[in-house]
Amino acid sequence: MDLLGNLALGFGVALQGINLLYAFFGVLLGTLIGVLPGIGPVATIAMLLPVTFTLPPVSALIMLAGIYYGAQYGGSTTAILVNLPGESSSVVTTLDGYQMARQGRAGPALGIAAIGSFIAGTFATFLIALAAPPLADVALKFGPAEYFSLMVLGLIAATVLAHGSLIKAIAMVVLGLLLGLVGTDVNSGVARFNFAIPELSDGIGFVTVAMGMFGIAEIVANLDTAEKREVFTAKLTHLLPTAKDFKDSAGAITRGTLLGSALGILPGGGALLASFAAYTLEKKAAKDASRFGKGDIRGVAGPESANNAGAQTSFIPLLTLGIPSNAVMALMIGAMMIQGIAPGPQVMTEKPDLFWGMIASMWVGNLMLVILNLPMIGLWIKLLTVPYRLLYPAILLFCCIGVYSVNNSTFDIFLMVGFAVLGYVCVKLACEPAPLILGFILGPMMEENLRRALLLSRGNPMTFLEKPISATLLAIAALLLLVVVAPAVRQKREEAFQE
Amino acid sequence: MRIKNAKDFWAGLMFLAFGVGFMVVARNYAMGTAVRMGPAYFPTVLGGILAFLGLVVFLRSFFIRPEAVGLFRLRPMAIVLAAIIVFAVTLKPLGLVVSTILLIVIGSFASHEFTWRAALVLAVVLAAFSVAVFFYGLGLPFNVWPAFLE
Repeated sequence: MDLLGNLALGFGVALQGINLLYAFFGVLLGTLIGVLPGIGPVATIAMLLPVTFTLPPVSALIMLAGIYYGAQYGGSTTAILVNLPGESSSVVTTLDGYQMARQGRAGPALGIAAIGSFIAGTFATFLIALAAPPLADVALKFGPAEYFSLMVLGLIAATVLAHGSLIKAIAMVVLGLLLGLVGTDVNSGVARFNFAIPELSDGIGFVTVAMGMFGIAEIVANLDTAEKREVFTAKLTHLLPTAKDFKDSAGAITRGTLLGSALGILPGGGALLASFAAYTLEKKAAKDASRFGKGDIRGVAGPESANNAGAQTSFIPLLTLGIPSNAVMALMIGAMMIQGIAPGPQVMTEKPDLFWGMIASMWVGNLMLVILNLPMIGLWIKLLTVPYRLLYPAILLFCCIGVYSVNNSTFDIFLMVGFAVLGYVCVKLACEPAPLILGFILGPMMEENLRRALLLSRGNPMTFLEKPISATLLAIAALLLLVVVAPAVRQKREEAFQE
Repeated sequence: MRIKNAKDFWAGLMFLAFGVGFMVVARNYAMGTAVRMGPAYFPTVLGGILAFLGLVVFLRSFFIRPEAVGLFRLRPMAIVLAAIIVFAVTLKPLGLVVSTILLIVIGSFASHEFTWRAALVLAVVLAAFSVAVFFYGLGLPFNVWPAFLE
């Protein structure tokens, strides 16, 4: 295998000064927004997309990837010290992490979270390097019918694994697909759904959608709830876990890493699902589960390893198939398209430096995160004391400038206001906005592949069932739906999300 | 009949309206056939699916477990959106500095703990920051000062 050669190429790219700098910038920013509750990686990456215009493609993607996995590290800090999840994926870390902090063991909790994350990140990076080439080979044989079915599967899986009502999640995907179709139809040149507004004939920018539905709507939702924060800073002298801590959490880190890696690959998976599942698994695997929720180190080690592993392996479908598995990956596709790179299996063969450079940079970034997080923890704690009333106007400003600078158009800012209203209404009606973003990105791709597939089959829709790969993909999608709709599993699923 | 689940009631109506809306607007475009799809084909199918899903969610809301829609706090929402709209309107004619200050000061009203001092200090700091980073640092094309002064 030329795995080593590929990795050598990758590290050659990742260790270039400029790329090291952007990886550092990405993980630093990721940790920052991870620490701060109320701003997530989706809004941050959306804000930074316009800036990446001016960067070389490799550096841009390295930085954006760093933000995502950096946020997983930062989120745990807030969860442990403030009992608030800095990111949604660190919700479960609050259960045991905060209890550890109350018992004066904040240091070991933070330490094991960082070490577990690093081990998970290292494993996941090598998994990507191993799994990506064969997957991309398979994907290269895909025709339009297979691609269409794959997207159906991806979207269905994303809704099945999302929390909340399944039918509403599917409706959000379809709404996203429809919004993605606004603008000029590539085949006929007809401007669709533009209501005679010239700015809309180019389509709706997805930065606008993401900022409105995630950035602004999040601010408004946060302003609804009064904040109370109580930071544990008293005793943070020793960060290193004891030998007993290591012994206790070794199994949890291993299980969390494996489970997180597997769940990250699934469409709709990624960090959030991984951390929830890992916590449940730890409780099941433990001989004595009575200490969970009262400061058990395994309850920190497992989920923290899993969310980082999941964040990394969710790049696999993006890099090999060109299909995003969650909202962050949808933004990464956007970033690639801004740079003129068509996401898909050909990226690996046509731009090996980009592909392997990005993978290698993930490992480099993880190393930076351990170095960043452990000694700089005091700085992050200081940041936590910045009140939200000073923070949100700044986020507001960056959202506005970010959206404006994509096209230098004030119309986009007005459009963002519209999506903010939609996002706020959706939150209030318990409709998840993430599936909408996925649909929005896939809308035009799905239409294009559907058209081509039916053109090739002379209008026979059976083509999706006659081609074996396509039929298998659709069968898996149907099976997933059935499994969730079946009452027994449905109950289990609700339980799992409640835990 | 009483609405049991208000969240689903309104969500269903919203999806139904979007679905029907897209289907109606799509009637302006050519439908084509399955072999050569016109621009209306895919949106019409999707609009139909969305309308159907909306209808199911809507009807289901009469039967499933009750759930009220949380309170819509209109004040912070209205203030934040007003601040953004003022920013959008003033950005080109009045320049980055003035519109940033307006955005921050108006936007700060949305918080319970508003103070003029904090809002003004924050506004000036962020205005300086955005000119330094976005105009000079990243070279984005903004008017920094009002057009009539330059």
